[in-house]
Amino acid sequence: MATGEEVKVLGYWSSPYALRVKWALKLKAVEFDYMEEDLTNKSALLLQLNPVHKKIPVLLHNGKPVAESLVIMEYVDETWKQNPLLPQHPHQRAIARFWAKFVDEKEGEEQEKAAKEAREHLKTLESGLEEGKPFFGGESIGFVDIAAAWIGVWGEITGEIVGIKLVDEEAMPLLTACFQAVLQTPLLKECLPPRAELLEHSKRFRQKLMAAAAAST
Amino acid sequence: MAEKGEEMKLLATWFSPFAYRVIWVLKMKGIEYEYVEEDLGNKSPLLLQSNPVHKKVPVLIHNGKPLAESLVIVQYLDNICKSSPVLPDDPYQRAMALFWSNFVEEKFTENIKKVLVLGGEEQAAGAKGAEAALATLEAQLAKKKSKFFGGESIGLVDIALGYISVWLEEIEEVGGIKVFDSEKFPCLAKWMQDFLEIPTVKENHPNKADLIPYLRYLRQVGPAVAFQHG
Repeated sequence: MATGEEVKVLGYWSSPYALRVKWALKLKAVEFDYMEEDLTNKSALLLQLNPVHKKIPVLLHNGKPVAESLVIMEYVDETWKQNPLLPQHPHQRAIARFWAKFVDEKEGEEQEKAAKEAREHLKTLESGLEEGKPFFGGESIGFVDIAAAWIGVWGEITGEIVGIKLVDEEAMPLLTACFQAVLQTPLLKECLPPRAELLEHSKRFRQKLMAAAAAST
Repeated sequence: MAEKGEEMKLLATWFSPFAYRVIWVLKMKGIEYEYVEEDLGNKSPLLLQSNPVHKKVPVLIHNGKPLAESLVIVQYLDNICKSSPVLPDDPYQRAMALFWSNFVEEKFTENIKKVLVLGGEEQAAGAKGAEAALATLEAQLAKKKSKFFGGESIGLVDIALGYISVWLEEIEEVGGIKVFDSEKFPCLAKWMQDFLEIPTVKENHPNKADLIPYLRYLRQVGPAVAFQHG
Protein backbone atom coordinates (compact mmCIF):
# COMPACT_ATOMS: atom_id res chain seq x y z
CA MET A 1 0.00 0.00 0.00
CA ALA A 2 1.35 3.42 -0.87
CA THR A 3 2.18 5.61 2.13
CA GLY A 4 -0.92 7.37 3.35
CA GLU A 5 -3.26 5.21 1.28
CA GLU A 6 -6.10 3.92 3.42
CA VAL A 7 -8.28 1.12 2.11
CA LYS A 8 -10.98 -0.38 4.33
CA VAL A 9 -13.69 -2.88 3.52
CA LEU A 10 -16.81 -3.24 5.66
CA GLY A 11 -18.21 -6.69 5.07
CA TYR A 12 -19.94 -9.75 6.42
CA TRP A 13 -18.40 -13.21 6.49
CA SER A 14 -21.16 -14.99 4.59
CA SER A 15 -21.87 -12.27 2.06
CA PRO A 16 -21.01 -13.12 -1.55
CA TYR A 17 -21.11 -9.39 -2.30
CA ALA A 18 -18.39 -8.67 0.23
CA LEU A 19 -16.46 -11.60 -1.21
CA ARG A 20 -16.46 -9.93 -4.63
CA VAL A 21 -14.77 -6.86 -3.17
CA LYS A 22 -12.15 -8.91 -1.31
CA TRP A 23 -11.40 -10.85 -4.48
CA ALA A 24 -11.06 -7.70 -6.60
CA LEU A 25 -8.61 -6.14 -4.14
CA LYS A 26 -6.63 -9.37 -3.69
CA LEU A 27 -6.28 -9.88 -7.44
CA LYS A 28 -4.78 -6.41 -7.66
CA ALA A 29 -2.59 -6.97 -4.59
CA VAL A 30 -4.13 -3.95 -2.85
CA GLU A 31 -3.73 -4.12 0.90
CA PHE A 32 -6.83 -3.40 2.89
CA ASP A 33 -8.25 -3.50 6.39
CA TYR A 34 -11.25 -5.75 6.67
CA MET A 35 -13.94 -4.87 9.20
CA GLU A 36 -16.58 -7.47 10.00
CA GLU A 37 -20.03 -5.95 10.55
CA ASP A 38 -22.62 -7.35 12.91
CA LEU A 39 -25.67 -7.08 10.70
CA THR A 40 -27.99 -7.44 13.68
CA ASN A 41 -26.33 -4.41 15.23
CA LYS A 42 -24.96 -2.21 12.45
CA SER A 43 -22.09 0.05 13.36
CA ALA A 44 -22.40 3.82 13.37
CA LEU A 45 -19.66 3.80 10.75
CA LEU A 46 -21.69 1.64 8.34
CA LEU A 47 -24.79 3.80 8.78
CA GLN A 48 -22.70 6.88 8.15
CA LEU A 49 -20.91 5.49 5.10
CA ASN A 50 -23.96 3.93 3.42
CA PRO A 51 -26.92 5.93 4.68
CA VAL A 52 -29.01 5.14 1.61
CA HIS A 53 -28.99 1.33 1.85
CA LYS A 54 -27.25 0.65 5.18
CA LYS A 55 -25.72 -2.45 3.62
CA ILE A 56 -22.35 -4.04 3.21
CA PRO A 57 -20.04 -4.16 1.41
CA VAL A 58 -18.70 -0.63 1.62
CA LEU A 59 -15.24 0.34 0.45
CA LEU A 60 -13.57 3.24 2.17
CA HIS A 61 -10.66 4.69 0.20
CA ASN A 62 -8.82 7.60 1.77
CA GLY A 63 -11.99 8.53 3.62
CA LYS A 64 -14.29 8.29 0.60
CA PRO A 65 -17.01 5.61 0.78
CA VAL A 66 -18.21 3.54 -2.18
CA ALA A 67 -21.18 1.16 -1.83
CA GLU A 68 -22.67 -1.63 -4.03
CA SER A 69 -20.33 -4.48 -4.91
CA LEU A 70 -20.34 -4.00 -8.70
CA VAL A 71 -19.86 -0.23 -8.35
CA ILE A 72 -16.99 -0.90 -5.95
CA MET A 73 -15.46 -3.34 -8.44
CA GLU A 74 -15.52 -0.73 -11.20
CA TYR A 75 -14.01 1.84 -8.85
CA VAL A 76 -11.27 -0.58 -7.80
CA ASP A 77 -10.54 -1.40 -11.45
CA GLU A 78 -10.19 2.27 -12.35
CA THR A 79 -8.16 3.25 -9.31
CA TRP A 80 -5.62 0.40 -9.35
CA LYS A 81 -4.63 -0.33 -12.91
CA GLN A 82 -2.73 -3.61 -12.42
CA ASN A 83 -4.48 -6.86 -13.41
CA PRO A 84 -7.45 -5.22 -15.09
CA LEU A 85 -10.80 -6.81 -14.32
CA LEU A 86 -12.79 -5.30 -17.16
CA PRO A 87 -11.67 -5.89 -20.74
CA GLN A 88 -10.15 -2.98 -22.66
CA HIS A 89 -12.38 -3.22 -25.69
CA PRO A 90 -15.56 -1.13 -25.25
CA HIS A 91 -17.93 -3.78 -26.59
CA GLN A 92 -16.44 -6.49 -24.39
CA ARG A 93 -16.61 -4.11 -21.41
CA ALA A 94 -20.27 -3.61 -22.08
CA ILE A 95 -20.87 -7.37 -22.38
CA ALA A 96 -19.11 -7.90 -19.04
CA ARG A 97 -21.34 -5.27 -17.41
CA PHE A 98 -24.38 -6.93 -18.96
CA TRP A 99 -23.52 -10.34 -17.49
CA ALA A 100 -22.61 -8.93 -14.09
CA LYS A 101 -26.03 -7.22 -13.97
CA PHE A 102 -27.67 -10.48 -15.01
CA VAL A 103 -26.01 -12.31 -12.13
CA ASP A 104 -27.20 -9.65 -9.70
CA GLU A 105 -30.77 -9.61 -10.98
CA LYS A 106 -31.25 -13.34 -11.24
CA GLU A 107 -28.98 -14.95 -8.69
CA GLY A 108 -29.80 -12.45 -5.99
CA GLU A 109 -33.23 -14.00 -6.07
CA GLU A 110 -31.83 -17.49 -5.74
CA GLN A 111 -32.75 -17.95 -2.12
CA GLU A 112 -36.36 -17.11 -2.66
CA LYS A 113 -37.08 -18.56 -6.04
CA ALA A 114 -37.43 -22.18 -6.94
CA ALA A 115 -34.13 -23.91 -7.50
CA LYS A 116 -35.38 -24.95 -10.94
CA GLU A 117 -35.62 -21.36 -12.07
CA ALA A 118 -32.15 -20.66 -10.70
CA ARG A 119 -30.84 -23.54 -12.81
CA GLU A 120 -32.40 -22.01 -15.92
CA HIS A 121 -30.67 -18.71 -15.21
CA LEU A 122 -27.38 -20.52 -14.77
CA LYS A 123 -27.84 -22.20 -18.14
CA THR A 124 -28.32 -18.74 -19.61
CA LEU A 125 -25.17 -17.55 -17.87
CA GLU A 126 -23.33 -20.50 -19.43
CA SER A 127 -24.05 -18.96 -22.82
CA GLY A 128 -21.79 -16.06 -21.87
CA LEU A 129 -18.78 -18.34 -21.83
CA GLU A 130 -16.75 -19.28 -24.90
CA GLU A 131 -15.40 -22.74 -25.58
CA GLY A 132 -11.65 -22.76 -25.18
CA LYS A 133 -11.60 -19.72 -22.88
CA PRO A 134 -11.52 -20.71 -19.22
CA PHE A 135 -13.03 -17.49 -17.85
CA PHE A 136 -15.61 -14.84 -18.70
CA GLY A 137 -12.54 -12.60 -18.72
CA GLY A 138 -10.91 -14.79 -21.36
CA GLU A 139 -7.52 -16.22 -20.40
CA SER A 140 -7.55 -14.59 -16.98
CA ILE A 141 -10.10 -13.97 -14.24
CA GLY A 142 -12.14 -10.85 -14.95
CA PHE A 143 -15.08 -8.79 -13.82
CA VAL A 144 -17.86 -11.31 -14.44
CA ASP A 145 -15.86 -14.19 -12.97
CA ILE A 146 -15.47 -12.25 -9.72
CA ALA A 147 -19.13 -11.24 -9.83
CA ALA A 148 -20.43 -14.76 -10.43
CA ALA A 149 -18.08 -17.44 -9.09
CA TRP A 150 -19.57 -17.32 -5.57
CA ILE A 151 -22.48 -19.19 -7.11
CA GLY A 152 -20.20 -22.23 -7.30
CA VAL A 153 -20.09 -22.36 -3.49
CA TRP A 154 -23.51 -21.01 -2.58
CA GLY A 155 -25.13 -23.10 -5.31
CA GLU A 156 -23.57 -26.24 -3.92
CA ILE A 157 -24.84 -25.44 -0.44
CA THR A 158 -28.34 -24.64 -1.61
CA GLY A 159 -28.22 -27.83 -3.64
CA GLU A 160 -27.36 -29.81 -0.56
CA ILE A 161 -30.24 -28.30 1.38
CA VAL A 162 -32.95 -28.57 -1.30
CA GLY A 163 -31.63 -31.66 -3.06
CA ILE A 164 -31.29 -30.12 -6.53
CA LYS A 165 -27.90 -29.60 -8.12
CA LEU A 166 -27.77 -25.97 -9.19
CA VAL A 167 -24.40 -25.88 -10.91
CA ASP A 168 -24.70 -29.05 -12.92
CA GLU A 169 -21.60 -30.23 -14.74
CA GLU A 170 -23.64 -31.98 -17.41
CA ALA A 171 -26.00 -29.11 -18.14
CA MET A 172 -23.41 -26.35 -17.63
CA PRO A 173 -19.96 -27.75 -18.31
CA LEU A 174 -18.27 -24.42 -19.11
CA LEU A 175 -19.77 -22.66 -16.10
CA THR A 176 -18.84 -25.50 -13.76
CA ALA A 177 -15.26 -25.45 -15.00
CA CYS A 178 -15.05 -21.65 -14.78
CA PHE A 179 -16.34 -21.50 -11.21
CA GLN A 180 -14.03 -24.36 -10.16
CA ALA A 181 -11.03 -22.61 -11.63
CA VAL A 182 -11.84 -19.34 -9.84
CA LEU A 183 -12.64 -21.01 -6.52
CA GLN A 184 -9.46 -23.12 -6.58
CA THR A 185 -7.22 -20.09 -7.14
CA PRO A 186 -5.32 -19.95 -3.80
CA LEU A 187 -5.51 -16.16 -3.45
CA LEU A 188 -9.29 -16.28 -3.83
CA LYS A 189 -9.89 -19.59 -2.07
CA GLU A 190 -8.45 -18.23 1.18
CA CYS A 191 -11.17 -15.54 1.25
CA LEU A 192 -14.02 -18.06 1.21
CA PRO A 193 -16.10 -18.45 4.36
CA PRO A 194 -15.73 -21.86 6.04
CA ARG A 195 -18.08 -24.30 4.30
CA ALA A 196 -19.55 -25.94 7.40
CA GLU A 197 -20.46 -22.59 8.90
CA LEU A 198 -21.89 -21.38 5.62
CA LEU A 199 -24.06 -24.50 5.40
CA GLU A 200 -25.40 -23.94 8.92
CA HIS A 201 -25.98 -20.27 8.22
CA SER A 202 -27.87 -21.06 5.02
CA LYS A 203 -30.03 -23.67 6.75
CA ARG A 204 -30.96 -21.20 9.47
CA PHE A 205 -31.67 -18.49 6.91
CA ARG A 206 -33.97 -20.78 4.93
CA GLN A 207 -35.78 -21.81 8.12
CA LYS A 208 -36.39 -18.17 8.91
CA LEU A 209 -37.72 -17.55 5.38
CA MET A 210 -40.04 -20.56 5.56
CA ALA A 211 -41.27 -19.56 9.02
CA ALA A 212 -41.97 -16.05 7.77
CA ALA A 213 -43.81 -17.41 4.73
CA ALA A 214 -45.88 -19.78 6.88
CA ALA A 215 -46.70 -16.97 9.30
CA SER A 216 -48.02 -14.78 6.53
CA THR A 217 -50.37 -17.33 4.90
CA MET B 1 -18.45 8.50 -34.85
CA ALA B 2 -20.57 6.33 -37.14
CA GLU B 3 -18.45 7.17 -40.16
CA LYS B 4 -18.92 5.63 -43.55
CA GLY B 5 -19.13 1.88 -43.32
CA GLU B 6 -20.02 1.99 -39.64
CA GLU B 7 -23.37 0.59 -38.84
CA MET B 8 -25.29 1.76 -35.76
CA LYS B 9 -28.80 0.36 -35.35
CA LEU B 10 -31.23 0.86 -32.48
CA LEU B 11 -34.05 -1.63 -31.94
CA ALA B 12 -36.70 0.17 -29.93
CA THR B 13 -40.33 1.03 -29.45
CA TRP B 14 -41.80 4.53 -29.71
CA PHE B 15 -43.23 4.45 -26.17
CA SER B 16 -40.24 3.03 -24.28
CA PRO B 17 -38.53 5.35 -21.78
CA PHE B 18 -35.55 2.97 -21.79
CA ALA B 19 -35.15 3.36 -25.56
CA TYR B 20 -35.25 7.13 -25.16
CA ARG B 21 -32.33 7.06 -22.74
CA VAL B 22 -30.27 5.66 -25.58
CA ILE B 23 -31.80 7.99 -28.20
CA TRP B 24 -31.01 11.06 -26.09
CA VAL B 25 -27.39 10.05 -25.67
CA LEU B 26 -26.97 9.11 -29.36
CA LYS B 27 -28.38 12.49 -30.40
CA MET B 28 -26.43 14.49 -27.84
CA LYS B 29 -23.22 12.91 -29.03
CA GLY B 30 -24.15 13.45 -32.68
CA ILE B 31 -23.96 9.72 -33.44
CA GLU B 32 -25.89 8.73 -36.54
CA TYR B 33 -27.99 5.64 -36.27
CA GLU B 34 -30.80 3.73 -37.90
CA TYR B 35 -33.97 3.45 -35.80
CA VAL B 36 -35.88 0.18 -36.06
CA GLU B 37 -39.36 0.04 -34.52
CA GLU B 38 -40.07 -3.32 -32.90
CA ASP B 39 -43.50 -4.85 -32.54
CA LEU B 40 -43.28 -6.48 -29.11
CA GLY B 41 -46.24 -8.70 -29.93
CA ASN B 42 -44.30 -10.03 -32.89
CA LYS B 43 -40.61 -9.72 -32.14
CA SER B 44 -38.24 -9.64 -35.08
CA PRO B 45 -35.69 -12.42 -35.58
CA LEU B 46 -33.03 -9.72 -35.27
CA LEU B 47 -34.24 -8.76 -31.78
CA LEU B 48 -34.47 -12.37 -30.60
CA GLN B 49 -31.02 -13.07 -31.98
CA SER B 50 -29.49 -9.86 -30.60
CA ASN B 51 -30.93 -10.12 -27.10
CA PRO B 52 -31.57 -13.81 -26.56
CA VAL B 53 -31.21 -13.45 -22.79
CA HIS B 54 -33.95 -10.90 -22.16
CA LYS B 55 -35.67 -10.48 -25.57
CA LYS B 56 -36.24 -6.83 -24.68
CA VAL B 57 -35.69 -3.43 -26.21
CA PRO B 58 -33.68 -1.30 -26.47
CA VAL B 59 -30.90 -3.14 -28.26
CA LEU B 60 -28.02 -1.30 -29.89
CA ILE B 61 -26.25 -3.04 -32.75
CA HIS B 62 -22.89 -1.49 -33.61
CA ASN B 63 -21.15 -2.99 -36.62
CA GLY B 64 -23.14 -6.17 -36.11
CA LYS B 65 -22.33 -6.45 -32.41
CA PRO B 66 -25.42 -6.23 -30.18
CA LEU B 67 -25.75 -4.72 -26.73
CA ALA B 68 -28.73 -4.74 -24.38
CA GLU B 69 -29.79 -2.91 -21.19
CA SER B 70 -30.25 0.83 -21.61
CA LEU B 71 -27.78 1.99 -18.96
CA VAL B 72 -25.11 -0.48 -20.14
CA ILE B 73 -25.62 0.88 -23.68
CA VAL B 74 -25.31 4.48 -22.43
CA GLN B 75 -22.01 3.67 -20.70
CA TYR B 76 -20.81 2.01 -23.90
CA LEU B 77 -21.65 5.09 -25.99
CA ASP B 78 -19.75 7.22 -23.50
CA ASN B 79 -16.80 4.86 -23.86
CA ILE B 80 -16.64 5.11 -27.64
CA CYS B 81 -17.55 8.75 -28.15
CA LYS B 82 -15.97 11.50 -26.11
CA SER B 83 -18.24 14.40 -27.06
CA SER B 84 -20.92 15.41 -24.54
CA PRO B 85 -19.64 13.06 -21.84
CA VAL B 86 -22.25 11.41 -19.68
CA LEU B 87 -19.88 10.12 -17.00
CA PRO B 88 -17.15 12.12 -15.24
CA ASP B 89 -13.47 11.23 -15.59
CA ASP B 90 -12.77 10.95 -11.88
CA PRO B 91 -13.22 7.34 -10.65
CA TYR B 92 -14.93 8.40 -7.42
CA GLN B 93 -17.39 10.69 -9.21
CA ARG B 94 -18.07 7.89 -11.69
CA ALA B 95 -18.75 5.50 -8.81
CA MET B 96 -21.23 7.99 -7.35
CA ALA B 97 -22.96 8.32 -10.73
CA LEU B 98 -23.20 4.53 -11.09
CA PHE B 99 -24.48 4.19 -7.52
CA TRP B 100 -27.25 6.75 -8.02
CA SER B 101 -28.32 5.47 -11.42
CA ASN B 102 -28.59 1.96 -9.90
CA PHE B 103 -30.67 3.53 -7.13
CA VAL B 104 -33.00 5.08 -9.71
CA GLU B 105 -33.54 1.67 -11.35
CA GLU B 106 -33.90 -0.46 -8.24
CA LYS B 107 -35.81 1.87 -5.97
CA PHE B 108 -37.74 4.10 -8.32
CA THR B 109 -38.22 2.44 -11.72
CA GLU B 110 -39.03 -1.01 -10.33
CA ASN B 111 -41.66 0.60 -8.11
CA ILE B 112 -43.20 2.88 -10.70
CA LYS B 113 -43.69 -0.16 -12.96
CA LYS B 114 -45.85 -1.62 -10.20
CA VAL B 115 -47.90 1.57 -10.06
CA LEU B 116 -48.53 1.23 -13.79
CA VAL B 117 -49.53 -2.41 -14.10
CA LEU B 118 -50.50 -3.72 -10.68
CA GLY B 119 -53.45 -3.14 -8.39
CA GLY B 120 -54.44 -3.30 -4.75
CA GLU B 121 -51.76 -3.75 -2.11
CA GLU B 122 -48.95 -4.41 -4.58
CA GLN B 123 -49.63 -1.19 -6.42
CA ALA B 124 -49.86 0.73 -3.15
CA ALA B 125 -46.51 -0.70 -2.08
CA GLY B 126 -45.05 0.35 -5.43
CA ALA B 127 -46.36 3.88 -4.97
CA LYS B 128 -44.93 4.09 -1.47
CA GLY B 129 -41.58 2.79 -2.68
CA ALA B 130 -41.47 5.18 -5.61
CA GLU B 131 -42.28 8.13 -3.38
CA ALA B 132 -39.61 7.16 -0.87
CA ALA B 133 -37.08 6.92 -3.71
CA LEU B 134 -38.07 10.38 -4.93
CA ALA B 135 -37.60 11.75 -1.43
CA THR B 136 -34.06 10.37 -1.32
CA LEU B 137 -33.33 11.73 -4.80
CA GLU B 138 -34.74 15.12 -3.81
CA ALA B 139 -32.40 15.25 -0.82
CA GLN B 140 -29.46 14.25 -3.01
CA LEU B 141 -30.24 16.92 -5.59
CA ALA B 142 -30.74 19.57 -2.91
CA LYS B 143 -27.34 18.66 -1.47
CA LYS B 144 -25.62 18.98 -4.83
CA LYS B 145 -26.94 22.48 -5.41
CA SER B 146 -26.36 22.08 -9.16
CA LYS B 147 -28.82 22.26 -12.01
CA PHE B 148 -28.59 18.53 -12.73
CA PHE B 149 -27.38 15.41 -10.91
CA GLY B 150 -24.45 15.50 -13.33
CA GLY B 151 -23.60 19.12 -12.51
CA GLU B 152 -24.29 21.99 -14.88
CA SER B 153 -24.84 19.54 -17.73
CA ILE B 154 -26.65 16.21 -17.60
CA GLY B 155 -24.98 12.99 -16.57
CA LEU B 156 -25.83 9.32 -16.20
CA VAL B 157 -28.21 9.83 -13.29
CA ASP B 158 -30.16 12.51 -15.16
CA ILE B 159 -30.38 10.21 -18.19
CA ALA B 160 -31.56 7.35 -15.95
CA LEU B 161 -34.28 9.38 -14.21
CA GLY B 162 -35.11 11.92 -16.92
CA TYR B 163 -37.93 9.88 -18.42
CA ILE B 164 -40.17 10.96 -15.55
CA SER B 165 -40.36 14.43 -17.06
CA VAL B 166 -42.38 12.89 -19.90
CA TRP B 167 -43.80 9.58 -18.64
CA LEU B 168 -44.55 10.07 -14.94
CA GLU B 169 -47.75 12.10 -15.17
CA GLU B 170 -49.19 9.64 -17.65
CA ILE B 171 -48.23 6.64 -15.51
CA GLU B 172 -49.88 8.30 -12.52
CA GLU B 173 -53.03 8.96 -14.53
CA VAL B 174 -53.31 5.44 -15.89
CA GLY B 175 -52.37 3.81 -12.60
CA GLY B 176 -54.70 6.10 -10.71
CA ILE B 177 -52.16 6.98 -8.01
CA LYS B 178 -50.23 10.21 -7.59
CA VAL B 179 -46.62 9.73 -6.62
CA PHE B 180 -45.02 13.09 -7.37
CA ASP B 181 -45.88 16.16 -5.32
CA SER B 182 -44.07 19.27 -6.53
CA GLU B 183 -44.48 20.85 -3.11
CA LYS B 184 -42.73 17.92 -1.46
CA PHE B 185 -40.10 17.72 -4.19
CA PRO B 186 -39.35 21.29 -5.36
CA CYS B 187 -35.81 20.56 -6.53
CA LEU B 188 -36.97 17.60 -8.62
CA ALA B 189 -39.86 19.67 -9.99
CA LYS B 190 -37.45 22.32 -11.24
CA TRP B 191 -35.04 19.64 -12.43
CA MET B 192 -37.81 18.02 -14.53
CA GLN B 193 -38.54 21.35 -16.19
CA ASP B 194 -34.86 21.95 -16.91
CA PHE B 195 -34.45 18.43 -18.24
CA LEU B 196 -37.36 18.85 -20.63
CA GLU B 197 -35.88 22.14 -21.84
CA ILE B 198 -32.72 20.46 -23.10
CA PRO B 199 -33.07 20.70 -26.90
CA THR B 200 -32.23 17.02 -27.51
CA VAL B 201 -34.89 15.95 -25.03
CA LYS B 202 -37.42 18.59 -26.06
CA GLU B 203 -37.23 17.49 -29.68
CA ASN B 204 -37.14 13.76 -28.97
CA HIS B 205 -39.87 12.19 -26.90
CA PRO B 206 -43.22 10.57 -27.57
CA ASN B 207 -46.32 12.68 -27.63
CA LYS B 208 -47.77 12.62 -24.09
CA ALA B 209 -51.28 12.30 -25.47
CA ASP B 210 -50.27 9.22 -27.46
CA LEU B 211 -48.76 7.61 -24.38
CA ILE B 212 -51.97 7.42 -22.39
CA PRO B 213 -53.84 4.87 -24.54
CA TYR B 214 -50.68 2.79 -24.82
CA LEU B 215 -50.06 2.82 -21.09
CA ARG B 216 -53.70 1.85 -20.54
CA TYR B 217 -53.15 -1.11 -22.83
CA LEU B 218 -50.06 -2.13 -20.83
CA ARG B 219 -52.10 -1.94 -17.62
CA GLN B 220 -54.69 -4.17 -19.18
CA VAL B 221 -52.32 -6.86 -20.39
CA GLY B 222 -50.44 -7.07 -17.13
CA PRO B 223 -46.81 -7.45 -16.06
CA ALA B 224 -45.65 -10.39 -18.17
CA VAL B 225 -46.32 -8.56 -21.41
CA ALA B 226 -45.84 -5.03 -20.16
CA PHE B 227 -42.26 -5.37 -18.97
CA GLN B 228 -40.60 -6.10 -22.25
CA HIS B 229 -38.15 -3.30 -22.09
CA GLY B 230 -35.23 -2.52 -19.85
